[in-house]
Amino acid sequence: MNAHRLYIAWLTLTRKEVMRVLRIWTQTLLPPAITMGIYFVVFGAFLGGQIRQIENYPYIQFILPGLVMMTCITNSFSNVASSFFSAKFMRHIEEMLVSPMPDWIMVTGFVAGGIVRGVICGVIVALVGLFFTKIPVFNVFIIMFYLLASASLFSLAGLLNALVARKFDDISIVPTFVLTPLTYFAGTFYSIKMLPPTWKTLTLANPIFYMVDGFRYGFLGIHDASLLVGVVLLTVLNLLGLAVSMHMVKKGVGLRS
Amino acid sequence: MSQALKIEQLRKTYAGGVEALKGVDLKVEQGEFFALLGPNGAGKSTLIGILTGLVNKSSGKVRVFEEDLDVSPERVKAQLGVMTQELNFNIFESCWNTVNFQAGYYGIDWKEASRRTEQLLRDLELWDKAQQPVRNLSGGMKRRLMLARALVHDPKVLILDEPTAGLDIELRRSLWVYLQKRNEAGLTIILTTHYLEEAEALCNRVAIIDQGVILRDAPTRDLLGQLKKQTFVLELAESGPVPADDEEIQYREVDELTLEADVSHGITMNEVFERLGRSQVKVQSMRTKANRLEELFIDLVGKKSKGLTV
Ligand SMILES: Nc1ncnc2c1ncn2[C@@H]1O[C@H](COP(=O)(O)OP(=O)(O)OP(=O)(O)O)[C@@H](O)[C@H]1O
Ligand SMILES: [Mg+2]
Repeated sequence: MNAHRLYIAWLTLTRKEVMRVLRIWTQTLLPPAITMGIYFVVFGAFLGGQIRQIENYPYIQFILPGLVMMTCITNSFSNVASSFFSAKFMRHIEEMLVSPMPDWIMVTGFVAGGIVRGVICGVIVALVGLFFTKIPVFNVFIIMFYLLASASLFSLAGLLNALVARKFDDISIVPTFVLTPLTYFAGTFYSIKMLPPTWKTLTLANPIFYMVDGFRYGFLGIHDASLLVGVVLLTVLNLLGLAVSMHMVKKGVGLRS
Repeated sequence: MSQALKIEQLRKTYAGGVEALKGVDLKVEQGEFFALLGPNGAGKSTLIGILTGLVNKSSGKVRVFEEDLDVSPERVKAQLGVMTQELNFNIFESCWNTVNFQAGYYGIDWKEASRRTEQLLRDLELWDKAQQPVRNLSGGMKRRLMLARALVHDPKVLILDEPTAGLDIELRRSLWVYLQKRNEAGLTIILTTHYLEEAEALCNRVAIIDQGVILRDAPTRDLLGQLKKQTFVLELAESGPVPADDEEIQYREVDELTLEADVSHGITMNEVFERLGRSQVKVQSMRTKANRLEELFIDLVGKKSKGLTV
Protein backbone atom coordinates (compact mmCIF):
# COMPACT_ATOMS: atom_id res chain seq x y z
CA MET A 1 0.00 0.00 0.00
CA ASN A 2 1.34 3.44 -0.86
CA ALA A 3 1.24 6.36 1.57
CA HIS A 4 -2.08 7.66 0.29
CA ARG A 5 -3.73 4.26 0.65
CA LEU A 6 -2.27 3.82 4.12
CA TYR A 7 -3.67 7.18 5.08
CA ILE A 8 -7.14 6.23 3.82
CA ALA A 9 -7.04 2.93 5.71
CA TRP A 10 -5.97 4.66 8.90
CA LEU A 11 -8.56 7.37 8.50
CA THR A 12 -11.32 4.84 7.84
CA LEU A 13 -10.56 2.97 11.03
CA THR A 14 -10.05 6.08 13.14
CA ARG A 15 -13.22 7.70 11.86
CA LYS A 16 -15.13 4.53 12.54
CA GLU A 17 -13.81 4.43 16.10
CA VAL A 18 -14.69 8.08 16.69
CA MET A 19 -18.15 7.60 15.22
CA ARG A 20 -18.67 4.73 17.61
CA VAL A 21 -17.81 6.95 20.58
CA LEU A 22 -20.24 9.61 19.42
CA ARG A 23 -22.99 7.18 18.49
CA ILE A 24 -23.07 5.54 21.90
CA TRP A 25 -22.44 8.82 23.76
CA THR A 26 -24.72 7.82 26.62
CA GLN A 27 -22.26 5.05 27.40
CA THR A 28 -19.08 6.86 26.47
CA LEU A 29 -19.40 10.58 27.14
CA LEU A 30 -22.24 11.04 29.58
CA PRO A 31 -21.09 8.86 32.51
CA PRO A 32 -17.85 10.76 33.24
CA ALA A 33 -19.72 14.07 33.14
CA ILE A 34 -22.15 12.78 35.75
CA THR A 35 -19.61 11.01 37.98
CA MET A 36 -17.19 13.91 38.01
CA GLY A 37 -20.04 16.40 38.43
CA ILE A 38 -20.85 14.56 41.65
CA TYR A 39 -17.19 14.73 42.76
CA PHE A 40 -17.23 18.47 42.20
CA VAL A 41 -20.43 18.91 44.17
CA VAL A 42 -19.19 16.80 47.09
CA PHE A 43 -15.56 17.90 47.25
CA GLY A 44 -16.03 21.41 45.96
CA ALA A 45 -19.35 22.75 47.04
CA PHE A 46 -20.03 20.62 50.17
CA LEU A 47 -16.63 19.77 51.62
CA GLY A 48 -14.40 22.24 49.83
CA GLY A 49 -14.76 24.99 52.39
CA GLN A 50 -13.82 22.69 55.25
CA ILE A 51 -10.69 21.25 53.65
CA ARG A 52 -7.73 23.55 53.91
CA GLN A 53 -6.04 24.88 50.84
CA ILE A 54 -3.17 22.90 49.37
CA GLU A 55 -0.19 25.02 48.38
CA ASN A 56 -2.46 28.07 48.31
CA TYR A 57 -4.96 26.52 45.93
CA PRO A 58 -8.57 25.81 46.92
CA TYR A 59 -9.06 22.06 47.30
CA ILE A 60 -11.31 21.78 44.26
CA GLN A 61 -8.70 23.45 42.09
CA PHE A 62 -6.06 21.11 43.41
CA ILE A 63 -8.02 17.95 42.62
CA LEU A 64 -9.46 19.06 39.28
CA PRO A 65 -6.45 18.15 37.08
CA GLY A 66 -6.26 14.72 38.70
CA LEU A 67 -9.95 14.12 38.08
CA VAL A 68 -9.56 15.11 34.45
CA MET A 69 -6.56 12.80 34.10
CA MET A 70 -8.36 9.94 35.84
CA THR A 71 -11.31 10.33 33.50
CA CYS A 72 -9.10 10.53 30.46
CA ILE A 73 -7.09 7.38 31.13
CA THR A 74 -9.98 5.19 32.24
CA ASN A 75 -11.98 6.21 29.17
CA SER A 76 -9.09 5.71 26.78
CA PHE A 77 -8.49 2.30 28.26
CA SER A 78 -12.06 1.13 28.19
CA ASN A 79 -12.68 2.50 24.72
CA VAL A 80 -10.00 0.43 23.07
CA ALA A 81 -10.51 -2.56 25.34
CA SER A 82 -14.22 -2.83 24.63
CA SER A 83 -14.15 -1.79 20.99
CA PHE A 84 -11.30 -4.15 20.13
CA PHE A 85 -12.63 -7.00 22.19
CA SER A 86 -16.11 -6.81 20.73
CA ALA A 87 -14.53 -6.73 17.26
CA LYS A 88 -12.79 -9.96 18.25
CA PHE A 89 -15.90 -11.39 19.84
CA MET A 90 -18.21 -10.62 16.91
CA ARG A 91 -15.32 -11.55 14.59
CA HIS A 92 -15.47 -8.37 12.54
CA ILE A 93 -11.82 -7.82 13.39
CA GLU A 94 -11.46 -10.25 10.49
CA GLU A 95 -12.49 -7.42 8.16
CA MET A 96 -9.16 -5.83 9.00
CA LEU A 97 -7.16 -9.04 9.23
CA VAL A 98 -8.03 -10.08 5.67
CA SER A 99 -7.26 -6.61 4.30
CA PRO A 100 -3.75 -5.49 3.34
CA MET A 101 -3.85 -2.88 6.12
CA PRO A 102 -0.53 -3.25 7.98
CA ASP A 103 -0.52 -4.07 11.69
CA TRP A 104 0.70 -0.65 12.70
CA ILE A 105 -2.23 1.02 10.99
CA MET A 106 -4.63 -1.17 12.92
CA VAL A 107 -2.86 -0.52 16.22
CA THR A 108 -2.57 3.23 15.76
CA GLY A 109 -6.14 3.50 14.43
CA PHE A 110 -7.61 1.89 17.54
CA VAL A 111 -5.27 3.92 19.75
CA ALA A 112 -6.34 7.13 18.01
CA GLY A 113 -9.95 6.27 18.78
CA GLY A 114 -9.02 5.74 22.44
CA ILE A 115 -7.15 9.05 22.59
CA VAL A 116 -10.08 10.92 21.09
CA ARG A 117 -12.49 9.45 23.64
CA GLY A 118 -10.07 10.11 26.52
CA VAL A 119 -9.50 13.70 25.49
CA ILE A 120 -13.18 14.45 24.86
CA CYS A 121 -14.09 13.02 28.27
CA GLY A 122 -11.29 14.99 29.91
CA VAL A 123 -12.48 18.19 28.28
CA ILE A 124 -16.05 17.49 29.34
CA VAL A 125 -14.96 17.03 32.94
CA ALA A 126 -12.95 20.25 32.81
CA LEU A 127 -15.98 22.07 31.43
CA VAL A 128 -18.16 20.69 34.19
CA GLY A 129 -15.47 21.82 36.64
CA LEU A 130 -15.78 25.37 35.32
CA PHE A 131 -19.20 25.56 36.94
CA PHE A 132 -17.53 25.15 40.32
CA THR A 133 -14.20 26.91 40.09
CA LYS A 134 -11.81 28.81 37.88
CA ILE A 135 -9.17 26.74 36.14
CA PRO A 136 -5.77 28.39 35.97
CA VAL A 137 -3.52 27.44 33.06
CA PHE A 138 0.20 27.52 33.72
CA ASN A 139 1.46 25.98 30.48
CA VAL A 140 -0.81 24.68 27.77
CA PHE A 141 1.90 22.56 26.07
CA ILE A 142 2.59 20.66 29.23
CA ILE A 143 -1.13 20.05 29.65
CA MET A 144 -1.40 18.74 26.10
CA PHE A 145 1.67 16.53 26.35
CA TYR A 146 0.50 14.84 29.53
CA LEU A 147 -3.06 14.44 28.35
CA LEU A 148 -2.18 12.97 24.95
CA ALA A 149 0.68 10.79 26.18
CA SER A 150 -1.41 9.38 29.02
CA ALA A 151 -4.41 8.78 26.77
CA SER A 152 -2.18 7.03 24.27
CA LEU A 153 -0.51 4.87 26.91
CA PHE A 154 -3.82 3.68 28.33
CA SER A 155 -5.28 3.12 24.89
CA LEU A 156 -2.35 0.80 24.25
CA ALA A 157 -2.98 -0.88 27.58
CA GLY A 158 -6.61 -1.38 26.60
CA LEU A 159 -5.51 -2.92 23.33
CA LEU A 160 -3.12 -5.30 25.05
CA ASN A 161 -5.82 -6.31 27.49
CA ALA A 162 -8.31 -6.92 24.67
CA LEU A 163 -5.75 -8.97 22.73
CA VAL A 164 -5.26 -11.46 25.53
CA ALA A 165 -8.88 -11.39 26.76
CA ARG A 166 -10.98 -14.45 26.03
CA LYS A 167 -14.27 -13.27 27.49
CA PHE A 168 -15.90 -9.95 28.33
CA ASP A 169 -15.06 -10.33 32.03
CA ASP A 170 -11.37 -10.31 31.17
CA ILE A 171 -11.45 -6.70 30.06
CA SER A 172 -12.74 -5.49 33.41
CA ILE A 173 -9.95 -7.16 35.38
CA VAL A 174 -7.39 -4.47 34.69
CA PRO A 175 -9.72 -1.53 35.44
CA THR A 176 -10.90 -3.10 38.69
CA PHE A 177 -7.69 -4.49 40.10
CA VAL A 178 -5.06 -2.22 38.60
CA LEU A 179 -6.45 1.00 37.22
CA THR A 180 -8.82 2.00 40.02
CA PRO A 181 -6.39 1.46 42.91
CA LEU A 182 -3.54 3.11 41.06
CA THR A 183 -5.58 6.16 40.12
CA TYR A 184 -6.91 6.66 43.64
CA PHE A 185 -3.41 6.34 45.10
CA ALA A 186 -1.92 8.63 42.47
CA GLY A 187 -2.12 11.82 44.50
CA THR A 188 -5.24 13.13 42.87
CA PHE A 189 -6.88 13.98 46.19
CA TYR A 190 -3.80 14.96 48.21
CA SER A 191 -0.26 16.17 47.90
CA ILE A 192 2.21 13.40 48.67
CA LYS A 193 3.99 15.84 50.94
CA MET A 194 1.18 15.10 53.38
CA LEU A 195 1.89 11.36 53.38
CA PRO A 196 3.94 9.29 55.82
CA PRO A 197 7.27 8.14 54.29
CA THR A 198 6.21 4.57 53.43
CA TRP A 199 3.18 5.73 51.49
CA LYS A 200 5.23 8.41 49.88
CA THR A 201 7.73 5.85 48.58
CA LEU A 202 4.93 3.59 47.36
CA THR A 203 3.33 6.47 45.52
CA LEU A 204 6.61 7.23 43.77
CA ALA A 205 6.43 3.74 42.28
CA ASN A 206 3.01 4.44 40.79
CA PRO A 207 3.31 5.59 37.17
CA ILE A 208 -0.08 7.28 37.25
CA PHE A 209 1.20 9.53 40.01
CA TYR A 210 3.64 11.12 37.56
CA MET A 211 0.89 11.70 35.05
CA VAL A 212 -1.37 13.40 37.56
CA ASP A 213 1.50 15.38 39.02
CA GLY A 214 2.83 16.60 35.67
CA PHE A 215 -0.64 17.32 34.37
CA ARG A 216 -1.43 19.37 37.47
CA TYR A 217 1.84 21.23 36.98
CA GLY A 218 0.51 22.34 33.57
CA PHE A 219 -2.43 23.99 35.32
CA LEU A 220 -1.16 25.16 38.67
CA GLY A 221 2.59 25.36 38.17
CA ILE A 222 3.29 23.21 41.23
CA HIS A 223 4.59 19.65 41.34
CA ASP A 224 5.65 17.02 43.86
CA ALA A 225 7.82 14.78 41.71
CA SER A 226 10.53 15.18 39.13
CA LEU A 227 9.00 16.32 35.85
CA LEU A 228 11.84 14.76 33.91
CA VAL A 229 11.01 11.36 35.36
CA GLY A 230 7.39 11.88 34.29
CA VAL A 231 8.21 12.82 30.72
CA VAL A 232 10.75 10.03 30.29
CA LEU A 233 8.46 7.49 31.91
CA LEU A 234 5.51 8.38 29.69
CA THR A 235 7.64 8.34 26.56
CA VAL A 236 9.30 5.04 27.38
CA LEU A 237 6.07 3.33 28.41
CA ASN A 238 4.35 4.51 25.25
CA LEU A 239 7.12 3.17 23.04
CA LEU A 240 7.17 -0.07 24.97
CA GLY A 241 3.39 -0.45 24.74
CA LEU A 242 3.51 0.20 21.02
CA ALA A 243 6.32 -2.29 20.47
CA VAL A 244 4.63 -5.02 22.51
CA SER A 245 1.22 -4.58 20.91
CA MET A 246 2.72 -4.49 17.41
CA HIS A 247 4.59 -7.67 18.16
CA MET A 248 1.50 -9.39 19.53
CA VAL A 249 -0.65 -8.38 16.57
CA LYS A 250 2.04 -9.56 14.17
CA LYS A 251 2.20 -12.92 15.92
CA GLY A 252 -1.58 -13.01 15.94
CA VAL A 253 -1.86 -13.45 19.72
CA GLY A 254 -5.57 -13.74 20.48
CA LEU A 255 -6.35 -13.08 16.82
CA ARG A 256 -5.21 -16.08 14.80
CA SER A 257 -5.11 -19.73 15.79
CA MET B 1 -2.39 -18.62 -18.26
CA SER B 2 -0.73 -17.45 -15.09
CA GLN B 3 -1.15 -19.14 -11.79
CA ALA B 4 -3.63 -17.55 -9.43
CA LEU B 5 -2.79 -19.78 -6.50
CA LYS B 6 -0.05 -22.22 -5.74
CA ILE B 7 0.08 -24.14 -2.48
CA GLU B 8 2.92 -26.48 -1.64
CA GLN B 9 3.12 -28.92 1.24
CA LEU B 10 0.78 -26.87 3.40
CA ARG B 11 0.46 -28.15 6.94
CA LYS B 12 -1.51 -26.96 9.90
CA THR B 13 -1.53 -28.36 13.39
CA TYR B 14 -3.77 -26.48 15.80
CA ALA B 15 -2.70 -25.72 19.34
CA GLY B 16 -4.85 -28.58 20.62
CA GLY B 17 -2.88 -31.01 18.45
CA VAL B 18 -5.43 -31.47 15.67
CA GLU B 19 -3.68 -31.95 12.34
CA ALA B 20 -6.09 -30.12 10.06
CA LEU B 21 -3.88 -30.08 6.95
CA LYS B 22 -1.33 -32.76 6.24
CA GLY B 23 0.77 -31.52 3.36
CA VAL B 24 -1.64 -30.07 0.83
CA ASP B 25 -0.52 -29.26 -2.73
CA LEU B 26 -2.88 -27.28 -4.90
CA LYS B 27 -2.77 -25.12 -8.01
CA VAL B 28 -5.46 -22.87 -9.34
CA GLU B 29 -5.07 -21.22 -12.72
CA GLN B 30 -6.23 -17.70 -13.44
CA GLY B 31 -9.85 -17.63 -14.51
CA GLU B 32 -10.71 -21.01 -13.05
CA PHE B 33 -13.83 -21.72 -11.05
CA PHE B 34 -12.45 -24.13 -8.52
CA ALA B 35 -14.27 -26.23 -5.94
CA LEU B 36 -12.84 -27.64 -2.77
CA LEU B 37 -15.11 -30.44 -1.78
CA GLY B 38 -14.99 -32.32 1.47
CA PRO B 39 -16.95 -33.55 4.46
CA ASN B 40 -17.23 -31.70 7.77
CA GLY B 41 -13.89 -31.22 9.43
CA ALA B 42 -11.91 -32.01 6.26
CA GLY B 43 -9.79 -28.86 6.61
CA LYS B 44 -11.44 -26.63 4.02
CA SER B 45 -11.95 -23.62 6.28
CA THR B 46 -8.49 -24.06 7.72
CA LEU B 47 -7.02 -23.88 4.23
CA ILE B 48 -9.02 -20.76 3.41
CA GLY B 49 -8.11 -19.21 6.76
CA ILE B 50 -4.43 -19.63 5.96
CA LEU B 51 -4.80 -18.08 2.51
CA THR B 52 -6.60 -15.04 3.87
CA GLY B 53 -4.53 -14.31 6.95
CA LEU B 54 -6.98 -15.59 9.54
CA VAL B 55 -5.05 -18.72 10.50
CA ASN B 56 -1.30 -19.15 10.96
CA LYS B 57 0.09 -22.02 8.94
CA SER B 58 2.47 -24.50 10.53
CA SER B 59 4.55 -24.98 7.38
CA GLY B 60 4.42 -24.92 3.62
CA LYS B 61 4.33 -22.32 0.89
CA VAL B 62 1.48 -20.22 -0.43
CA ARG B 63 1.74 -18.01 -3.51
CA VAL B 64 -0.92 -15.82 -5.06
CA PHE B 65 0.00 -14.57 -8.50
CA GLU B 66 3.65 -15.27 -7.69
CA GLU B 67 3.53 -13.26 -4.46
CA ASP B 68 4.71 -15.27 -1.47
CA LEU B 69 2.47 -15.11 1.59
CA ASP B 70 5.51 -15.14 3.90
CA VAL B 71 7.37 -12.45 2.01
CA SER B 72 4.61 -10.00 1.12
CA PRO B 73 1.40 -10.85 2.95
CA GLU B 74 -0.05 -7.45 2.16
CA ARG B 75 0.27 -7.98 -1.58
CA VAL B 76 -1.29 -11.39 -1.28
CA LYS B 77 -4.20 -10.02 0.71
CA ALA B 78 -4.75 -7.14 -1.70
CA GLN B 79 -5.54 -9.65 -4.46
CA LEU B 80 -7.93 -11.82 -2.48
CA GLY B 81 -11.53 -11.29 -1.54
CA VAL B 82 -12.99 -13.66 1.03
CA MET B 83 -16.38 -14.69 2.29
CA THR B 84 -15.87 -16.73 5.43
CA GLN B 85 -18.06 -19.58 6.55
CA GLU B 86 -19.04 -17.89 9.81
CA LEU B 87 -20.74 -14.50 9.81
CA ASN B 88 -18.28 -11.83 10.84
CA PHE B 89 -20.15 -8.55 10.91
CA ASN B 90 -20.41 -5.72 13.31
CA ILE B 91 -24.15 -6.23 13.57
CA PHE B 92 -24.73 -2.66 14.74
CA GLU B 93 -23.13 -1.14 11.66
CA SER B 94 -25.23 -0.26 8.63
CA CYS B 95 -24.91 -2.28 5.42
CA TRP B 96 -23.57 0.74 3.63
CA ASN B 97 -20.83 1.32 6.20
CA THR B 98 -19.95 -2.36 6.34
CA VAL B 99 -19.09 -2.43 2.65
CA ASN B 100 -17.78 1.11 2.46
CA PHE B 101 -15.40 0.77 5.41
CA GLN B 102 -14.03 -2.42 3.93
CA ALA B 103 -13.09 -0.46 0.81
CA GLY B 104 -11.39 2.03 3.09
CA TYR B 105 -9.27 -0.70 4.71
CA TYR B 106 -7.95 -1.47 1.24
CA GLY B 107 -7.08 2.20 0.77
CA ILE B 108 -9.74 2.96 -1.81
CA ASP B 109 -10.60 6.64 -1.73
CA TRP B 110 -13.97 7.79 -0.51
CA LYS B 111 -15.58 8.64 -3.83
CA GLU B 112 -14.60 5.43 -5.57
CA ALA B 113 -15.53 3.42 -2.47
CA SER B 114 -19.00 4.93 -2.42
CA ARG B 115 -19.50 4.25 -6.12
CA ARG B 116 -18.53 0.60 -5.70
CA THR B 117 -20.57 0.18 -2.55
CA GLU B 118 -23.67 1.43 -4.30
CA GLN B 119 -23.03 -0.76 -7.35
CA LEU B 120 -22.57 -3.91 -5.28
CA LEU B 121 -25.51 -3.29 -3.00
CA ARG B 122 -27.69 -2.79 -6.07
CA ASP B 123 -26.32 -5.84 -7.90
CA LEU B 124 -26.90 -8.03 -4.88
CA GLU B 125 -30.35 -6.61 -4.23
CA LEU B 126 -29.52 -5.02 -0.91
CA TRP B 127 -29.91 -1.41 -1.93
CA ASP B 128 -33.12 -0.88 0.00
CA LYS B 129 -31.35 -2.15 3.12
CA ALA B 130 -28.32 0.11 2.74
CA GLN B 131 -29.01 2.19 5.85
CA GLN B 132 -30.27 -0.71 7.98
CA PRO B 133 -28.01 -2.19 10.63
CA VAL B 134 -26.74 -5.63 9.67
CA ARG B 135 -28.64 -7.29 12.50
CA ASN B 136 -31.91 -6.39 10.74
CA LEU B 137 -31.04 -8.55 7.72
CA SER B 138 -32.24 -12.07 7.09
CA GLY B 139 -29.72 -14.89 6.89
CA GLY B 140 -29.74 -14.86 3.11
CA MET B 141 -29.26 -11.10 2.99
CA LYS B 142 -26.31 -11.38 5.34
CA ARG B 143 -24.63 -13.87 3.01
CA ARG B 144 -25.11 -11.50 0.10
CA LEU B 145 -23.73 -8.63 2.14
CA MET B 146 -20.65 -10.73 2.86
CA LEU B 147 -20.24 -11.22 -0.86
CA ALA B 148 -20.57 -7.48 -1.52
CA ARG B 149 -17.95 -6.82 1.13
CA ALA B 150 -15.63 -9.42 -0.37
CA LEU B 151 -15.85 -7.84 -3.81
CA VAL B 152 -15.62 -4.15 -2.99
CA HIS B 153 -11.87 -3.90 -3.59
CA ASP B 154 -12.21 -5.72 -6.90
CA PRO B 155 -10.08 -8.75 -6.01
CA LYS B 156 -8.46 -10.97 -8.61
CA VAL B 157 -9.34 -14.10 -6.69
CA LEU B 158 -12.58 -14.60 -4.82
CA ILE B 159 -12.61 -17.19 -2.06
CA LEU B 160 -15.95 -18.42 -0.80
CA ASP B 161 -16.32 -20.74 2.16
CA GLU B 162 -19.70 -22.39 1.73
CA PRO B 163 -21.31 -19.36 0.15
CA THR B 164 -24.74 -20.88 -0.30
CA ALA B 165 -25.11 -22.70 3.01
CA GLY B 166 -28.57 -22.02 4.36
CA LEU B 167 -29.88 -20.29 1.25
CA ASP B 168 -33.16 -21.28 -0.37
CA ILE B 169 -33.04 -22.77 -3.84
CA GLU B 170 -34.04 -19.60 -5.63
CA LEU B 171 -31.44 -17.50 -3.89
CA ARG B 172 -28.81 -20.17 -4.40
CA ARG B 173 -29.50 -20.23 -8.13
CA SER B 174 -29.40 -16.46 -8.44
CA LEU B 175 -26.11 -16.42 -6.60
CA TRP B 176 -24.77 -19.06 -8.97
CA VAL B 177 -25.74 -16.92 -11.93
CA TYR B 178 -24.04 -13.90 -10.38
CA LEU B 179 -20.86 -15.83 -9.64
CA GLN B 180 -20.80 -17.34 -13.10
CA LYS B 181 -21.10 -13.89 -14.60
CA ARG B 182 -18.19 -12.63 -12.51
CA ASN B 183 -16.14 -15.68 -13.43
CA GLU B 184 -16.80 -15.15 -17.13
CA ALA B 185 -15.64 -11.57 -16.67
CA GLY B 186 -12.27 -12.94 -15.56
CA LEU B 187 -12.55 -13.39 -11.79
CA THR B 188 -10.89 -16.52 -10.45
CA ILE B 189 -13.19 -18.16 -7.93
CA ILE B 190 -12.41 -20.78 -5.32
CA LEU B 191 -15.28 -22.14 -3.31
CA THR B 192 -15.86 -24.83 -0.75
CA THR B 193 -19.16 -26.56 -0.60
CA HIS B 194 -21.05 -29.54 0.67
CA TYR B 195 -23.45 -29.24 -2.22
CA LEU B 196 -22.01 -31.52 -4.83
CA GLU B 197 -24.55 -30.23 -7.26
CA GLU B 198 -23.02 -26.81 -6.79
CA ALA B 199 -19.52 -27.96 -7.67
CA GLU B 200 -20.85 -29.84 -10.67
CA ALA B 201 -22.86 -26.90 -11.93
CA LEU B 202 -20.30 -24.15 -11.38
CA CYS B 203 -16.78 -25.41 -11.25
CA ASN B 204 -14.49 -26.49 -13.99
CA ARG B 205 -12.11 -28.06 -11.55
CA VAL B 206 -12.70 -29.95 -8.33
CA ALA B 207 -10.39 -31.02 -5.55
CA ILE B 208 -11.65 -33.46 -2.98
CA ILE B 209 -10.20 -33.15 0.49
CA ASP B 210 -10.67 -35.37 3.49
CA GLN B 211 -8.89 -35.34 6.84
CA GLY B 212 -6.40 -32.79 5.64
CA VAL B 213 -5.38 -34.69 2.54
CA ILE B 214 -6.27 -33.95 -1.09
CA LEU B 215 -7.69 -37.20 -2.48
CA ARG B 216 -8.39 -36.06 -6.02
CA ASP B 217 -7.78 -32.91 -8.02
CA ALA B 218 -9.02 -32.90 -11.60
CA PRO B 219 -11.22 -31.11 -14.11
CA THR B 220 -14.88 -31.71 -13.28
CA ARG B 221 -15.39 -33.17 -16.75
CA ASP B 222 -12.69 -35.80 -16.22
CA LEU B 223 -14.01 -36.72 -12.82
CA LEU B 224 -17.49 -37.23 -14.13
CA GLY B 225 -16.15 -39.18 -17.08
CA GLN B 226 -14.29 -41.47 -14.74
CA LEU B 227 -17.34 -42.42 -12.81
CA LYS B 228 -17.53 -46.16 -12.97
CA LYS B 229 -21.26 -46.07 -12.55
CA GLN B 230 -24.14 -43.88 -13.41
CA THR B 231 -27.30 -43.84 -11.34
CA PHE B 232 -30.78 -43.78 -12.85
CA VAL B 233 -34.04 -43.19 -11.06
CA LEU B 234 -36.84 -45.38 -12.40
CA GLU B 235 -40.48 -44.54 -11.79
CA LEU B 236 -42.44 -47.77 -12.04
CA ALA B 237 -45.84 -48.28 -13.56
CA GLU B 238 -46.74 -50.87 -10.93
CA SER B 239 -45.06 -52.19 -7.83
CA GLY B 240 -43.32 -55.53 -7.87
CA PRO B 241 -40.29 -57.36 -6.52
CA VAL B 242 -36.89 -55.65 -6.79
CA PRO B 243 -34.86 -57.28 -9.58
CA ALA B 244 -31.79 -59.22 -8.54
CA ASP B 245 -28.44 -57.40 -8.76
CA ASP B 246 -25.73 -58.59 -11.09
CA GLU B 247 -22.19 -57.48 -11.97
CA GLU B 248 -23.30 -54.58 -14.12
CA ILE B 249 -26.50 -53.29 -12.55
CA GLN B 250 -27.45 -52.91 -8.90
CA TYR B 251 -30.89 -51.88 -7.73
CA ARG B 252 -32.14 -50.01 -4.70
CA GLU B 253 -35.75 -49.64 -3.73
CA VAL B 254 -36.53 -46.04 -2.85
CA ASP B 255 -40.23 -46.61 -2.37
CA GLU B 256 -42.88 -48.91 -3.77
CA LEU B 257 -42.92 -47.23 -7.16
CA THR B 258 -39.37 -45.92 -7.35
CA LEU B 259 -36.17 -47.80 -8.04
CA GLU B 260 -32.62 -46.59 -8.34
CA ALA B 261 -30.30 -48.47 -10.62
CA ASP B 262 -26.50 -48.14 -10.55
CA VAL B 263 -25.42 -48.96 -14.06
CA SER B 264 -21.79 -49.68 -14.94
CA HIS B 265 -20.15 -47.87 -17.81
CA GLY B 266 -20.35 -49.69 -21.10
CA ILE B 267 -23.85 -50.98 -20.59
CA THR B 268 -26.29 -49.55 -23.13
CA MET B 269 -29.78 -48.38 -22.31
CA ASN B 270 -31.14 -51.14 -24.52
CA GLU B 271 -29.45 -53.73 -22.36
CA VAL B 272 -30.84 -52.10 -19.21
CA PHE B 273 -34.38 -52.21 -20.48
CA GLU B 274 -33.97 -55.71 -21.82
CA ARG B 275 -33.00 -56.91 -18.37
CA LEU B 276 -35.76 -54.94 -16.69
CA GLY B 277 -38.25 -56.44 -19.10
CA ARG B 278 -37.02 -59.93 -18.31
CA SER B 279 -37.59 -59.19 -14.60
CA GLN B 280 -41.17 -58.08 -15.34
CA VAL B 281 -40.44 -54.50 -14.26
CA LYS B 282 -42.62 -51.92 -16.02
CA VAL B 283 -40.91 -48.56 -16.21
CA GLN B 284 -43.11 -45.49 -16.47
CA SER B 285 -40.30 -42.94 -16.75
CA MET B 286 -36.60 -42.63 -16.11
CA ARG B 287 -34.13 -39.86 -15.26
CA THR B 288 -30.47 -39.66 -14.36
CA LYS B 289 -29.71 -38.77 -10.80
CA ALA B 290 -28.46 -35.19 -10.63
CA ASN B 291 -25.56 -35.49 -8.21
CA ARG B 292 -23.22 -37.72 -10.05
CA LEU B 293 -20.24 -36.27 -8.29
CA GLU B 294 -21.62 -37.55 -5.07
CA GLU B 295 -21.02 -41.10 -6.17
CA LEU B 296 -17.39 -40.36 -6.73
CA PHE B 297 -17.21 -38.44 -3.54
CA ILE B 298 -18.57 -41.28 -1.49
CA ASP B 299 -16.30 -43.64 -3.34
CA LEU B 300 -13.27 -41.59 -2.42
CA VAL B 301 -14.12 -40.50 1.05
CA GLY B 302 -15.56 -43.89 1.82
CA LYS B 303 -18.52 -42.63 3.71
CA LYS B 304 -22.24 -42.95 3.46
CA SER B 305 -24.13 -39.93 2.19
CA LYS B 306 -24.94 -39.09 5.79
CA GLY B 307 -24.07 -35.49 6.51
CA LEU B 308 -24.02 -34.58 2.86
CA THR B 309 -26.78 -32.52 1.40
CA VAL B 310 -28.23 -34.06 -1.73
N1 LIG C 1 -9.44 -22.91 15.94
C1 LIG C 1 -9.30 -24.23 15.97
N2 LIG C 1 -8.66 -24.82 17.00
C2 LIG C 1 -8.49 -26.15 17.04
N3 LIG C 1 -8.93 -26.99 16.10
C3 LIG C 1 -9.57 -26.48 15.05
C4 LIG C 1 -9.80 -25.08 14.92
N4 LIG C 1 -10.46 -24.85 13.78
C5 LIG C 1 -10.65 -26.05 13.20
N5 LIG C 1 -10.11 -27.04 13.96
C6 LIG C 1 -10.11 -28.48 13.63
O1 LIG C 1 -9.47 -28.66 12.38
C7 LIG C 1 -10.15 -29.62 11.61
C8 LIG C 1 -10.56 -29.01 10.28
O2 LIG C 1 -11.53 -28.03 10.50
P1 LIG C 1 -12.08 -27.09 9.36
O3 LIG C 1 -12.92 -26.06 9.99
O4 LIG C 1 -10.95 -26.63 8.52
O5 LIG C 1 -12.99 -28.11 8.53
P2 LIG C 1 -13.98 -27.83 7.31
O6 LIG C 1 -13.54 -28.71 6.21
O7 LIG C 1 -14.09 -26.39 7.04
O8 LIG C 1 -15.35 -28.39 7.89
P3 LIG C 1 -16.85 -27.87 7.65
O9 LIG C 1 -17.28 -28.44 6.34
O10 LIG C 1 -17.60 -28.49 8.77
O11 LIG C 1 -16.85 -26.40 7.69
C9 LIG C 1 -11.32 -30.10 12.45
O12 LIG C 1 -10.93 -31.29 13.09
C10 LIG C 1 -11.50 -29.00 13.46
O13 LIG C 1 -12.00 -29.52 14.67
MG1 LIG D 1 -15.55 -25.06 7.11
